[in-house]
Amino acid sequence: MIGIEHYLVVSSILFVMGVLGIFLNRKNVIIILMAIELILLAVNINLVAFSAFLGDLTGQIFAMFVLTVAAGEAAIGLAILVIYFRGRGTIAVDDVNRMKG
Amino acid sequence: MIQLVAFYLFASLLIAAAAMVIFSRNPVHSVLWLIVCFFNAAGLMVLVGAEFIAMLLVIVYVGAVAVLFLFVVMMLDTVFAELRAGFIKNVPLGILLAIVLVCELILGLGAYKAGAVTLGTPDGKAAAAANVPNIQAMGELLYTKYIFLFESAGLILLVAMVGAIVLTHRKTFSPRAQNIGQQVRRRPQDAVRNMQPETGKGVEL
Repeated sequence: MIGIEHYLVVSSILFVMGVLGIFLNRKNVIIILMAIELILLAVNINLVAFSAFLGDLTGQIFAMFVLTVAAGEAAIGLAILVIYFRGRGTIAVDDVNRMKG
Repeated sequence: MIQLVAFYLFASLLIAAAAMVIFSRNPVHSVLWLIVCFFNAAGLMVLVGAEFIAMLLVIVYVGAVAVLFLFVVMMLDTVFAELRAGFIKNVPLGILLAIVLVCELILGLGAYKAGAVTLGTPDGKAAAAANVPNIQAMGELLYTKYIFLFESAGLILLVAMVGAIVLTHRKTFSPRAQNIGQQVRRRPQDAVRNMQPETGKGVEL
């Protein structure tokens, strides 16, 4: 029988995958953005699982808001990435601290 | 039985695809694995009866966000191999952090199984009524109790759209562009002059 714990385990593993992705690909900002998407997906699975478990739809409503913010974050992040690439010709983010103003 | 099979199929594919997202060498492949991830997560959500979120996941993530990623990855002609230079160097710290995180989460799960801390129970105001489809129940909640949150979500999307356009828009200078204000402001007395030049002489313009 599938219980809430199964869902929590899956979402924890997914979350850790996302964090690991950020740590492993510290230079490639595209992979970092994808790892952030993975983390938000883990959060959504958690919200939906608890919503189904408790019989309360609020969790699904908030999963929708998380989805909205994730979409906005991806759009803005990729826009920043594009102008960063235009200015420097690379997307290595080791020296992003030069991006002032 | 079929639930069990479906759950383990979706969960294992989800985690395998997530691993491929972060370990694959080519970012285009990463995006494609991310799409696999989203589909399997949608499957997991359908399994617990959250059809609306599952469809939203497929439409918004696969249809919009993943395509956006794909566009940007293909637009940037950078050598992605260089960006993996620090990969091996970062592995020990990353694995250590992952282990610490997994231990913490397992601890939390164990504590939850051993009798969770009760933070309260749902008051039933947001409970789905029986024999109402998930999408209808979500809509009834979304357009009544959470209407302002819903509208602010729309506002967030608008701001994100405007921000992305402002950030990436490049003004192109075109010498033949029509300046409507200048055209409207032009008067006959500025533009026309009556002259009577002598024979053989020109006109001073």
